[in-house]
Amino acid sequence: MTSFWAVLSATLVKDIRLEWRSKDALNSMLFFSLLVVVIFVFSFDPLAEESRHIVGGLVWVAFLFAAVVALNQTWARELRNQVLDAYRVSPAPANALFLAKSVGNFLFVSVLEGLMTPLFIVFYNLHVLGPAWQLIPIALLGTWALVVNGTFFAAMSLRTRNREIMLPLLLFPISIPAVLGMVAGTTAILTGESSAHFYIVLLLTYDVVFTTASLALFETILHAE
Amino acid sequence: MKRLFPILSIVTVVLLGYALYLALVVAPTDALQGEVYRIIYYHVPSAWTAFLLFFINFVASIRYLTRSKASTENAAKWIAIGIGVVGLVAPFLPPVRRLIPAGMEPSAVATTIVLIPAFYFLVGKLFPGDRLDVLAVTSAEVGVVFCTIVLVTGPLWARPVWGIWWAPGDIRLTSTLVLWLIYVSYLVLRRFSNSAQTQMLAAALAVFGALDVPLVYLSIWFFRTQHPQPVIGGGGSMDPRMLHVLLFSWLAFLLFGFLVCWSRFRLELLKREVEQAHAMESLAGAGVSEKASLPLSRSAG
Amino acid sequence: MNAVKFLFAAYVATWVIHLFYLGTLVRRFSQLRQQLRELGKGK
Repeated sequence: MTSFWAVLSATLVKDIRLEWRSKDALNSMLFFSLLVVVIFVFSFDPLAEESRHIVGGLVWVAFLFAAVVALNQTWARELRNQVLDAYRVSPAPANALFLAKSVGNFLFVSVLEGLMTPLFIVFYNLHVLGPAWQLIPIALLGTWALVVNGTFFAAMSLRTRNREIMLPLLLFPISIPAVLGMVAGTTAILTGESSAHFYIVLLLTYDVVFTTASLALFETILHAE
Repeated sequence: MKRLFPILSIVTVVLLGYALYLALVVAPTDALQGEVYRIIYYHVPSAWTAFLLFFINFVASIRYLTRSKASTENAAKWIAIGIGVVGLVAPFLPPVRRLIPAGMEPSAVATTIVLIPAFYFLVGKLFPGDRLDVLAVTSAEVGVVFCTIVLVTGPLWARPVWGIWWAPGDIRLTSTLVLWLIYVSYLVLRRFSNSAQTQMLAAALAVFGALDVPLVYLSIWFFRTQHPQPVIGGGGSMDPRMLHVLLFSWLAFLLFGFLVCWSRFRLELLKREVEQAHAMESLAGAGVSEKASLPLSRSAG
Repeated sequence: MNAVKFLFAAYVATWVIHLFYLGTLVRRFSQLRQQLRELGKGK
C-alpha cells in the first residue's frame, strides 16, 4: 500500500537506520562541526566586548556550512545504489520521498547543531540577555528553512557536472532572507536589545512559502532525467 | 525582417548618442549633488531594464512549467486573468486606495498590475513551445548584464554622494544584489546541468527566485528600521526636465536591450540547430536513417 | 572636480560591460557557424 504516510515513514526510518549504521559519516560530520567552531574561535576573538553582537552570525554561518556538507552526503548515497531510479519507477508519491528526505536531513543537521551550540556557549562565554526560549523557534524554523531548500536543490544538482559546489551555489542566494532573519533574530535575543518577533514571523513565512513550492515542484525535479 | 535589425541598430545608436547628450549637457545641474548625479541616467534605466527582463524570464518559466499538463496550464491562465481583474478594480476601491503610497495614482498602480497578465498572454502567443525556454535563457543572460551595470554604477554613485561605497541597509541595491546572485546561479545551473530536463530545472529555480524577492525586500526593510542608516537625501519629486531625460534614456536603453536580446535569441536558436545537427550525424554514423526526426534535445558541454 | 571622476567611470564601465558581452555574442556566433560548416562538409 503506497499511502503517503507509509512511504514517508518507511523512507525516513530507512535513512535514519542507514546513517546510524554507517557511523563513519556521522562521526566525521561531528568532527567537522567541532573544527568549524574552533576555527571561528581562533578567527573571531571571544574575549572582545562586542562578541555577543557577532556570535549570532558566527553560529549560523557555521550551521550553514555544516548543513551543506550534510546535504551533499544524503543524496549521494541514493545515487550510488541507484535507489533514485527505483523511486521514479515506483508509484510512491514523490512528495512523500521529499518530505522523508527533508525530515531526515533536518534531524541530521539538528544533531550537528546540538553539538556545536554548547561549544559556542563555552568558547564565547555566552550569556543570553533576552528571552532565551525564543531561540527555539528561531533554531527550528531556521534549520528547516535551510534544509527544505537544501534538499530540493541537492536533488536538482544531482545530474550537474560539479554536483558538490552546485548545491551551495543554488542554495545561498535563495537563503539570504532566511539567513538574515536567523542571524538578526539570534543577535536580538542574545543582546536583548530588540525584539525577535518580526524575524520569527519572517522565518515562518519563508518556511511556509518554500515548503509549499518544493512540494509542488519536486515531482518535476525527480522526473528530470 | 533581415533588414530590420541593421536599421534598428542605427536608430538605437542615434538614440543612445542623443540620450548621452541630454544626460551630460541638457539636463540641469543638481542643487545638492552637482554633476555626479547624472549617473542616474545610466543607473536607473539599467535597473528598470534588468527588472523587466527578469520579469519576462519569470513569466516564461511559469508558462514552461505549466504547459506539460492541461490542468496546470489552465490554472495558470485563470490566475493570470484573476490578477488582471483584481488589479484593474482594486486600486480604485477605498480600502485599497488608502494603502497606496502618496504620490502614486491608482490608475498607475492598476496599469502596472494589469501588465502581469498582459505579459503572460503576450509571451505565450509570441513564443510557443520550446521557444519559451529560448526566451527564458535569453532574458536571464541579458538581464544579468544589465543588473551587473546597476551594481557597478550604484556604488560609483554612492561613494561621492554619501561617502560610502555600500550601505548594508540600502534596500534597493541589496535586493538588486540578491536578484543578481539568484540569476547568476540560474545561469550556472543551465551551464553545468547535463540533464535533458535542464530547462525544467532552470524554470523551477526561476520560480523559487521570484518567490524569494519579496521576502528579501521584507527582511532588509525591517533590518533597516533596527539599524541606523546613512541619511539618504533626495525628496519625492524630481525636476520635470530631469524626469524627461531619464525616460528618454530608458527608451534608448530599452531599444538597445531589445536588440541585444534579439541577437542572443538568434544565437540560442543557432546553437540548438548545431546540437541537433551533431546528434543527427552521430545517429547517421551508427547506421540509423537520417530522416528520423529528433526532438530538440541538449547534449552535454 | 573629484566627483566627476566617478561619473566618467560609471559611464565608461557601463559601455565596457556592454561591449564585452556583445563581444562574447560575436565570438559564440562565429564558433557555431564554423561548427555548422564543418558538419555540412562532413556529410
